[in-house]
Amino acid sequence: MRRSLAFISAIMLLCACVHEEPVIRPVQTRIEGATAFDGGFYLLNEGNMGSNKCTLDWFDGQSGIYEKNIFGYRNPRVAMELGDVGNDLKIHRERLYAVINCSNLVEVMDAGTAAHIAGIPVPNCRYICFDDDFAYVSSYAGEILSGPADRLGCVVKIDLGKMEIVGRCEVGYQPEEMVISEGRLYVANSGGYMAPDYDDRVSVIDLESFSLSGHIHVGINLHRMCLGPDGSIWVSSRGDYGSRKSSVMVVRDDAVTDTLDVRCNVMTRRGDDLIVYGYDGKNTVFSSVDMRTMEISEGFIKDGSESRIRTPYGLAANPHTGEILITDATDYVTPGKLICYSPDGRKLWSVTTGDIPSSIAFY
Amino acid sequence: MSAYRHMKRIELAASLMMAAFGFHVIDATAQTLAGRRGQVGTESPDTLELNSSTVSAWRSEVSVTPAQTLDGEALHRLSGMSVSDAIRYFSGMQVKDYGGIGGLKTINVRSLGSQHVGVFYDGVQIGNAQNGTVDLGRFSLENMEAISLYNGQKTTFLQSATDYASANTVYLVSRVPRFESGRRHNLKATLSTGSFKTVNPSLLWEFRLTPKICASLDASWLYTSGEYRFTYAKKDGYDTTAVRQNGDVKALRTEIGIFGNMTGGSWKVKAYLYDSERGYPGAFVRETPGFFRNEDRQWDRNIFVQGSLDRHWGIYRLAAKVRYADDFLRYVSDPRKDVSTMYVDNRYHQREGYLSLANGFSMFPWWNANIAVDWKFNDLDSDLQGFSFPQRSSLLSAVASTWNWKFLKAQASLLHTWINDRTTDGDVSNRSRFSPAASISVRPIKGEDFLIRAFYKRSFRMPTLNDLYYVQVGNRDLDPETTDQYDLGVTWQKRWSQGFWRSIEGNAETYFNQVWNKIVAVPARNQFQWTMMNLGYVEILGSELSATAEAAIGSVRKDELIADVRLAYTFQRAQDLTDPQSEWYGGQIAYIPRHSMSAVAGLSWGGYTLNYSFLYTGERYESSANIPENHQQPWYTSDISLSGSWPVKGHELMARLELNNIFNQQYEIVNCYPMPGTNFRIVLSFAL
Repeated sequence: MRRSLAFISAIMLLCACVHEEPVIRPVQTRIEGATAFDGGFYLLNEGNMGSNKCTLDWFDGQSGIYEKNIFGYRNPRVAMELGDVGNDLKIHRERLYAVINCSNLVEVMDAGTAAHIAGIPVPNCRYICFDDDFAYVSSYAGEILSGPADRLGCVVKIDLGKMEIVGRCEVGYQPEEMVISEGRLYVANSGGYMAPDYDDRVSVIDLESFSLSGHIHVGINLHRMCLGPDGSIWVSSRGDYGSRKSSVMVVRDDAVTDTLDVRCNVMTRRGDDLIVYGYDGKNTVFSSVDMRTMEISEGFIKDGSESRIRTPYGLAANPHTGEILITDATDYVTPGKLICYSPDGRKLWSVTTGDIPSSIAFY
Repeated sequence: MSAYRHMKRIELAASLMMAAFGFHVIDATAQTLAGRRGQVGTESPDTLELNSSTVSAWRSEVSVTPAQTLDGEALHRLSGMSVSDAIRYFSGMQVKDYGGIGGLKTINVRSLGSQHVGVFYDGVQIGNAQNGTVDLGRFSLENMEAISLYNGQKTTFLQSATDYASANTVYLVSRVPRFESGRRHNLKATLSTGSFKTVNPSLLWEFRLTPKICASLDASWLYTSGEYRFTYAKKDGYDTTAVRQNGDVKALRTEIGIFGNMTGGSWKVKAYLYDSERGYPGAFVRETPGFFRNEDRQWDRNIFVQGSLDRHWGIYRLAAKVRYADDFLRYVSDPRKDVSTMYVDNRYHQREGYLSLANGFSMFPWWNANIAVDWKFNDLDSDLQGFSFPQRSSLLSAVASTWNWKFLKAQASLLHTWINDRTTDGDVSNRSRFSPAASISVRPIKGEDFLIRAFYKRSFRMPTLNDLYYVQVGNRDLDPETTDQYDLGVTWQKRWSQGFWRSIEGNAETYFNQVWNKIVAVPARNQFQWTMMNLGYVEILGSELSATAEAAIGSVRKDELIADVRLAYTFQRAQDLTDPQSEWYGGQIAYIPRHSMSAVAGLSWGGYTLNYSFLYTGERYESSANIPENHQQPWYTSDISLSGSWPVKGHELMARLELNNIFNQQYEIVNCYPMPGTNFRIVLSFAL
């Protein structure tokens, strides 16, 4: 018995030296053959919902060093790190803004160091855009109408000096990306919670009065937005994941002028081209669209390496080099990949990221 | 498991629904001891006799397949409210615990996955055609008499076809009325209370109707606020403390049993009701303190009625079982209460009908055989949009035989499973598989309980109704998930009725498992859609060592002072070998520690017992990418309980005090689901 007690005490002592989890050091990878450019970019990894694993990576354009997971290390005092499900990342006036959907906040950081400045609570926040001294954040949590299932989305206005919400405007159902053009904010409504009765409208907000000035019917389940070279507004529709395929619409003077037969999960602008890819039911199709002539050319990846991208997820064009960055979420539960393509569509390099790499912001 | 990736919030809703599916639909069954008493044939020492006079009831049974049993006083000495609190001390067992009394608790044996564990309550499997997992947090320890774990399958000669169907099986055995001579009634009232504002009164009434028939009525009610303080901290970094919110539970459980004896056999009927409402506290993630509050709620109602008959006529013995179960679940997430959430109000209704006939033949003392046929019907109804109302009919047929030659014992069984699924949209599918199993044991030394044993078993887990038909995610072309188990072990035990040592047991087991065609949720090359696929392949190499000793270390005032110790250690290398191209190929699979151990020590004297129990779980990773971001620190907990009983005017008063996690360890078993720190419980009961 005495021996047994001694044994148990020994086990207890052994286990008493269990330590607190240390702050994780970023993993640095030098990328051979990366094209040097001034500045760099941040990459936001969403992390699986409920895992609190949203992380931030940094690629330094000068040195070609990719630094994985920098936020926790640079901000060890911020409780629970970056948060749960990072949905959008943008830079405005030396500040880096990350929209953390399931943490219900917008994380404001210094764009040079990623040092934490503030966290602004916004329930169910989705995307962010800027206009001088204000940020606008789309949110699913708008006014409840006839019942709990009938709930509008909204766009909240944040005063970037005071770092607080100063206005709110109800829009359509489950609003996503936004663009600002000539004093007006356009937001794409998905109506994703209402499936199969998706929303099909772009809501228009007059920024002067910060009030809704109208809706434009564009297509079901709207998601991405960007501005064209001629002031046109480009909107993507996710379709219904069944018979109604995803597509891209062009809005001019508050009316749809073109509907492009191109599959679109993600799109981004590079010069006068729209780079886009989408799932056609069998494969992911990578395309580019000349935004002036509306000409679609399929397959911007020329070396066949797209077949090795398991789950294409994010997309960005490097404004300095014209290179295209595609993220691969792989199986969603292990770290993803970032793949860099040359402007003419050849794979240059790839690097391991955090879980579910998605948004990229150039600095 | 997360569902389809439409948008983050849609995904939230879907995963909540999956959680609702996965978390809670459960039903419970009751039957009785698997007809072990009065068995004919040459049943050797693998019988699960309940011997309440044995102080130590940790037993690794000397059986053909590895078996561990916890019963009698040793079971009730352990701290805890639910079966999951006791079962974690078994070797090779991982309990996935989402924290608190109301948090989901599922078990994973030898890393094969929770859907490969069959859980039986009073001899009948607790079914869940919807998601295939059972929440053991719902089963109270209060009315349990024994808990057993069998690797492979139980090897009694007469058992239902379902007993052969799972890779590993857990048997929960509830109390059967027993009367002291001359008594017609037993009445016992119990009240337990403690941390988390927990109140749990229960009442047990047993009465003899006729000399051969008796009945019992068992009712208990539970309330807990589920609130507890927890801390997340990083070394030289943040240190944040919060209180777990919305983890309250209100639950009522009632069981009525009628037990009868007849010439050559016995019969039982049991009715069961579990009715509960609980909050779902969700993952603890970064949020601005004080701004948002999780208010999701869930209601469950599980009802079943079951009966069994066990009788022999000469060399033939029959075991028949019948059961009907009805399970209802409602999950609500309301944006009027929690501004950040999506509105969800979903109801699920599951029904199960079950009929089993097992026929045993004991032709010779050295040979017996069993032919068993089980039929089961399940259906699932829901108000989900696009739901296809699946129905499933299962036919399980098994033949098994046991041979005994002096020092050698061998068993072989063959199970055939046929499953027919149909939906209201006209989809019909059939799946059929054969599962063989064989075991052999040698007793090389005459008169010694020393056994060398080995078994092989192949088993299947049929795709669940969620895997096949869940809106948008389900895949109707799935194959069953397959496991192969190879096991080799030795066991030795010795008992004495006098002297210093009273019993010593030792056990060593090593095994190799493979999981083929593992059903996993994968993105369908498109970020918006997920689907279920037969993709995974896992190999598990493990070892288990355990030792139990019991000794009379002295006597004080005529009563013996008995001490007992049990130590168990488990090693597991469980590798994800799905994709050789993957950077994470060969990584240890999620939440499986390389090393884990448990220690339980008890001291009993007269009517008093003192118990110390210790659990250690080594470092783990939350994903097969074994990187620092997914690393989880090891954790250990120490629990102490003290109990005593005193006669009061011919009646008996019992009291127990439990102090759990005495070193206030802050830990989590599942990422973002904090576990409680130090907590206590007091139990008082009075038997008339």
